[in-house]
Amino acid sequence: MAVLMEVNNLVTRFYTQEGTVYAVNDISYELQEGETLGVVGESGSGKSVHSLSIMGLIPSPPGKVENGEVIFRGRDLLQLPPDQMRLVRGAEIAMIFQDPMTSLNPVLTIGSQITEALKLHMGMNNNQANERAAELLSLVGIPDAASRLNNYPHQFSGGMRQRVMIAMGLSCNPKLLIADEPTTALDVTIQAQIIDLVKRLREEFDMAIIWISHDLGVVAGIADRIIVMYAGTIVESGMVEEVFADTRHPYTLGLLQSLPRMDRRSQRLISIEGSPPDMRNPIDGCPFVDRCPVRIDRCSTETPVLEGVPEGHQDHMMACWVDVRELDIVAASEGAKQT
Amino acid sequence: MSAVADQTVSRNAAEGDADGRVLVRVRNLRKHFPITSGIVIQRQVGAVKAVDDISFDIFEGETLGLVGESGCGKSTTGRTVLQLYEPTSGSVQLRVDGELQELTEMKGEDLRRMRRRMQMIFQDPYASLNPRMSVGRIVSEPLRIHKTMERNEQEGYVEHLLERVGLNPYFVNRYPHEFSGGQRQRIGIARALALEPGFIVADEPISALDVSIQAQVVNLLEDLQEELNLTYLFIAHDLSMVRHICDRVAVMYLGKIVELAPANELYENPLHPYTQALLSAVPVPDPMREKRAQRIILTGDVPSPSNPPEGCNFNTRCPVRFGLCYDAPDPGLIEATPGHYVACHRVG
Repeated sequence: MAVLMEVNNLVTRFYTQEGTVYAVNDISYELQEGETLGVVGESGSGKSVHSLSIMGLIPSPPGKVENGEVIFRGRDLLQLPPDQMRLVRGAEIAMIFQDPMTSLNPVLTIGSQITEALKLHMGMNNNQANERAAELLSLVGIPDAASRLNNYPHQFSGGMRQRVMIAMGLSCNPKLLIADEPTTALDVTIQAQIIDLVKRLREEFDMAIIWISHDLGVVAGIADRIIVMYAGTIVESGMVEEVFADTRHPYTLGLLQSLPRMDRRSQRLISIEGSPPDMRNPIDGCPFVDRCPVRIDRCSTETPVLEGVPEGHQDHMMACWVDVRELDIVAASEGAKQT
Repeated sequence: MSAVADQTVSRNAAEGDADGRVLVRVRNLRKHFPITSGIVIQRQVGAVKAVDDISFDIFEGETLGLVGESGCGKSTTGRTVLQLYEPTSGSVQLRVDGELQELTEMKGEDLRRMRRRMQMIFQDPYASLNPRMSVGRIVSEPLRIHKTMERNEQEGYVEHLLERVGLNPYFVNRYPHEFSGGQRQRIGIARALALEPGFIVADEPISALDVSIQAQVVNLLEDLQEELNLTYLFIAHDLSMVRHICDRVAVMYLGKIVELAPANELYENPLHPYTQALLSAVPVPDPMREKRAQRIILTGDVPSPSNPPEGCNFNTRCPVRFGLCYDAPDPGLIEATPGHYVACHRVG
């Protein structure tokens, strides 16, 4: 597999009246062709801002991509002039969002919204575009597709709207699909439909996917590799099996332990104490230090770097000074609560 | 915990009115919202059958989970049980001093007095706290309304409540915007506890919170239940959390309860095809299991509750439907095994 995209030292900040928000702090990773990369994190972890930075969609002002490069098929997207970036967006890289209601235009028919990209990027005429749009709609499982092209977004249910968004995203055969919490607003049975659909389509279109989610369960099911983000940094990354079975970062471990499991009856949940840091303060030391049950002195002064885990799979990286394998983290979490 | 669940298995939710442990008894509850047409003269042209003939008991000290997808009527059920909505028909009884009292016939002062015994925790910790009131005033508001406590005692009591839900009592003079989502939810819980209720309806109390905060709030709810012998009706769509926190679980679909069973029994042996599909759709944070997972993918969407299908209302999406599901009236809840109720023509 070849590298499709390389993100190097990406830094994004927002300069607001209440101060500078350090949203993304120096993240780097590679994405292979045809690979599905899960990006997990809580609200404010920078997972969405990072994807908007790649797409050149950070509202500026107040936002600014301060540093870094995004090498996509040999070009640095951050250096592309706006008119060339427009040719990439929607054609080579497509994006679908969490809320399919607000991301569709309520006063335009579904047909005109899908055909827009086809006409713009693929140079199709009206008839060709309509035909292709109907094809795409039936591909994503919308029955009676040709006649539904004349419908407006409000005539579709939430799950159907997300299918329309996916059809739009796929319309120009993108190399990369960025899906930002695409199933969060949907019910579980509908979520299962959409995930099933995306798994089928990624084979058919041979595209890479960046799947952003806060739901570790969803990511476990769809991703090949995952990145765990906290406070705008990557704290752990690796093949999905490695990260779930041989978890090394205390934050990832804390997240997994705080989740109740459907497949077994759990006793008391082990929670992560405290709340995520205020992103208006620049990070000094490890961003997780205040909540970490296994912190050592070094953690509050030196920011750990993302590097390969000791005795792990070569792709498995983490940013932590402590080797959690040597510690009983459950006892440590309970102990931290008592004090 | 499991002892309670085991005991409830042998109880019959439909009968046994001599049972001293029933705290809340709901029978044939309906809540239909009218759909009106016309500008000056309004006529009713239909009804959204948000809750359509449901019956269940909640036992003292237990947590009954109410799960289902959006629009299935679970929140309406919670609010109608508390008489925040006036039911269209049916009965809701609450045990007061050993006697089951009918709430649906109460009005005014009588009903208001009952509200002390039943409180609610809301989903959205941003919308449910008045931004112009300090935390102290928010938490003490129930005390002022119900006049259960002298003003000079209130201050100390509020501080005690804040401490109990894990907040620094020093925060009483702060305003909601100064708190994070999880802290706000703790304020909402303190307010619900102020009148020392026995019964709390928690309507999606954690779904607006981040994953790492959810466990904190759930642990708090469990601790409070143990300390104060609370009974919860826990409304949620997160099925893994429901299994963790609930003793028994009721599954709703389109305004009806389709299955009701002790939590372990329901998750290990679901009988209704909707429950089976719902449980199979939940992703598990384990890549190995996810690879092996056999999903039942339901086709289509939930029909509109203003125009539910004839017969069994799941017949538009059911993978195992047959003739009876269209021809016969909708299946009622039957007791398939002791304590395990299911409404399906395929069962029994």
